[in-house]
Amino acid sequence: MLSRLSAGALKRAASVGPTRASTLISSSRSGSVRFASTNSSAAFENLANSRATLAGLSLFTAGSIAWYTHLYGTFPFVGEVHAGHLSDEGLHPASYPWPHSGILDTFDHASIRRGYQVYREVCAACHSLDRIAWRNLVGVSHTADEARVMAEEVEYTDGPNAEGEMFQRPGKLADYMPPPYPNEEAARAGNAGALPPDLSLIVKARHGAADYVFSLLTGYMDPPAGVEIREGMNYNPYFPGGAISMARVLFDGLVEYEDGTPATTSQMAKDVVTFLSWAAEPEHDERKKYGIKAVILFSSLTLISLYIKRFKWTSIKNRKIFYNPPVDKTH
Amino acid sequence: MSLSTAVYQTFFKRNSIFVSTVFAGAFAFGVGFDLGVTAFYDRWNAGKQWKDIRHKYVQE
Repeated sequence: MLSRLSAGALKRAASVGPTRASTLISSSRSGSVRFASTNSSAAFENLANSRATLAGLSLFTAGSIAWYTHLYGTFPFVGEVHAGHLSDEGLHPASYPWPHSGILDTFDHASIRRGYQVYREVCAACHSLDRIAWRNLVGVSHTADEARVMAEEVEYTDGPNAEGEMFQRPGKLADYMPPPYPNEEAARAGNAGALPPDLSLIVKARHGAADYVFSLLTGYMDPPAGVEIREGMNYNPYFPGGAISMARVLFDGLVEYEDGTPATTSQMAKDVVTFLSWAAEPEHDERKKYGIKAVILFSSLTLISLYIKRFKWTSIKNRKIFYNPPVDKTH
Repeated sequence: MSLSTAVYQTFFKRNSIFVSTVFAGAFAFGVGFDLGVTAFYDRWNAGKQWKDIRHKYVQE
């Protein structure tokens, strides 16, 4: 750091204090005789050895460090030691080729339908889906009749009626998906203190999105040597910290698909993640269609306006200016 | 009568006709553009959308 200081800085630092008079003298002397290097080097040595220089430099150094520390939060040139390990961040999921990954691709709706079946038969035992109503399934994965029948199988509390009492009634299309637990405390009590998150927006709410949820569902394994997992917890390298309360739930043949698709673990995980991607982004298909339209329209409008600009400016751009010097009429 | 003259006489000469042409043209383009993009979108995503699998589940 010192090497970056110019000699002028030293002089300036030293000029504050009792040596000011001598500096003035030496500078005036060297001013009268140009290139008198002997005199100035003697003055420089005098300066460099002075107490004021030492004090000034120390102040300057301490001030720089304090300023740097205030600005960046760490000391300069001192490495930081992190107590964490990369596994605490969770393994990054691979990027999977989802049927809806491309900018022109819709969801695979047969997969959404299978995914709903997996959610209903497996995930719904612990996870709620608050933001999805039965009517949202209509025209996406189920017909209106199917959705109505499924809704009617669930009892909802409604009311109050004319006597001011709540009553039970079968569900209708406008009702939202029934939660597995009445409240958060019940959910925690039923899962050893861990709260199963609501799955409505889980794909948007996690880094890695669909890839992460898929990797998590299929990534359960025995803990590697040296990793201690507490009783009741499970090891999953994709989960930040590695220890997750949810046990592996998807096993081959757990559900029976009505369309005959083999229900392997990865197939079920793919379907349920497609379903959850739809739940997080129900506007997805329409959005991409509008994207196509917008890109076509705006790019043609841009081209048209560029053409019109050139058209209007062409007379200005191609104009030639001639200079005819005035004829001298004096003789 | 050349083509440009014919176009001018038919669409541009009277402002009422000109404005009506613009409005009708915008409507026709809107419908046609939407149909075209939807046709492409449905072909690109053939077999994936609900309308492609609906016939398996609907009971009349």
